[in-house]
Amino acid sequence: MNRINKIRMRETIVSYCFLAPVLLFFFVFVLTPMVMGFVTSFFNYTMTDFTFVGLDNYVRMFTDPVFIKSLKNTLIIVVGSVPITVIFSLFVASQTYEKNVFTRSFFRCVFFLPVVTGSVAVTVVWKWIYDPLSGILNYILKGGHVIDQNISWLGNEKYALWAIIIILLTTSVGQPIILYIAALGNVDKSLVEAARVDGATEFQVFWKIKWPSLLPTTLYIVVITTINSFQCFALIQLLTSGGPNYATSTIMYYLYEKAFKLSEYGYANTMGVFLAVLIACISFAQFKILGNDVEY
Amino acid sequence: MKKRKITPFGVITIVLLSLLTIIFVFPFYWIMTGAFKAQPATIVIPPQWWPTHPTMENFTKLLVQNPAGRWLFNSIFIALVTMILVCVTSSLAGYVLAKKRFYGQKILFSIFIAAMALPKQVVLVPLVRIINFMGIHDTLAAVILPLVGWPFGVFLMKQFSENIPGELLESAKIDGCNELKTFTKIAFPIVKPGFAALAIFTFINTWNDYFMQLVMLTSRENLTISLGVATLQAEMATNYGLIMAGAALAAIPIVTVFLVFQKSFTQGITMGAVKG
Repeated sequence: MNRINKIRMRETIVSYCFLAPVLLFFFVFVLTPMVMGFVTSFFNYTMTDFTFVGLDNYVRMFTDPVFIKSLKNTLIIVVGSVPITVIFSLFVASQTYEKNVFTRSFFRCVFFLPVVTGSVAVTVVWKWIYDPLSGILNYILKGGHVIDQNISWLGNEKYALWAIIIILLTTSVGQPIILYIAALGNVDKSLVEAARVDGATEFQVFWKIKWPSLLPTTLYIVVITTINSFQCFALIQLLTSGGPNYATSTIMYYLYEKAFKLSEYGYANTMGVFLAVLIACISFAQFKILGNDVEY
Repeated sequence: MKKRKITPFGVITIVLLSLLTIIFVFPFYWIMTGAFKAQPATIVIPPQWWPTHPTMENFTKLLVQNPAGRWLFNSIFIALVTMILVCVTSSLAGYVLAKKRFYGQKILFSIFIAAMALPKQVVLVPLVRIINFMGIHDTLAAVILPLVGWPFGVFLMKQFSENIPGELLESAKIDGCNELKTFTKIAFPIVKPGFAALAIFTFINTWNDYFMQLVMLTSRENLTISLGVATLQAEMATNYGLIMAGAALAAIPIVTVFLVFQKSFTQGITMGAVKG
């Protein structure tokens, strides 16, 4: 017994030596800020003040109309973008995964391009596309007689959020497409062939054979897309700064504004804690709901 | 071999895919062409689809009146150093998490997984306090160090390290290899593809991590190229030519890296999604 313990002890020491660098960074730059964020969410914490206020920040948060609006916008972004991302990427992947290597990497690159190009560079172009005077969108829509007056897409409360969701979609389907192409390539080909021989329609082949084996991938995609949509920030900061009249403000953007523009650190951290808990709950629920039929 | 009939659905698919390709490639195309257009040409209606009078004026303005060269250097430096640190620390940690049995292993791995799901933006405010406390705010290290702590790389390298055959490690031990040598001589060559995937993945993500750069860097000469472009856009919103030239400088290096290492990158993404 002692001998086994001794070996295990030795392994433990060696392992922690290997782990030391990661643990150091992890402790200082991930774990500590998490704890700090949680603790300071109970404080009135600004440039000049640091007093314990209990749950005041949380109460304030739920009675803050701008926060409620930001929460609503965030949820619209999530609900609007997640299903479209899944359907869209599944469509593209299923139309391309059987093609030759060149075609497959071509489409992978095409749909990943906006992600790699980066939010800032992509936003520069979209800002021009949506521009009320010199933008191409108004030009095309007027040419097609869809609209007869220029619309300020980002300056109008009705359209601004959707204009942003569209950009978000172009920057979020890249990874799901890659994942779906890989997953579709792993579907048991003999099953598909057998079903085709037995006269199954393409739709049946997809629904009965491919879809079930895609479930784990779908679950993963739903979770990461949800998390990413919750964090939607760069597009908003660059395009609208949350306006007009907070119509495009998200929790992440509002948090940024409070913390880095108005120095209300405590309140900002309260929103951070709320967002983390919300994301954890939703990811967990998605695992429970979608994960039921998934076999690992 | 395979015969496919042309169906209406097939035609719609091809049309749709072509349309989508245009939409997805368009921003990149517009940046590349817009960078060579003179200011008036960027805002004419109907749009000028191709720069009829190409000019280098935007680039000279960008590099002479703004420290764009410095921004580019900062971006490359941040992405490269982060990449090296993440790869080295993660491959060491991933290796022992996959191949050793030690006290606290399970709980440690669970903490990593939980932290991975948490968006780092959520802790950015306290993180800035820590960076301030360390006295490195507004330095490149302020962007690099926090990114190294993020455990995605550990998870990815653990996945790849599972492939190392235990017998190989055993025999190395019998032959008298010490732990570090076993890692570098036996384990590392096997996880090399994972290492490459993680490297490229980290490089691209770090390059485009706008939020972290935004809250950590403030002085004009310390900005990254993305942040610099964003600043220019805020300062002179209608000078599209200049901004497009900046966007081109930001996009070309990273798109090139992506295209060259596409295979490794794809592998990193798909391996990271496999459940442990």
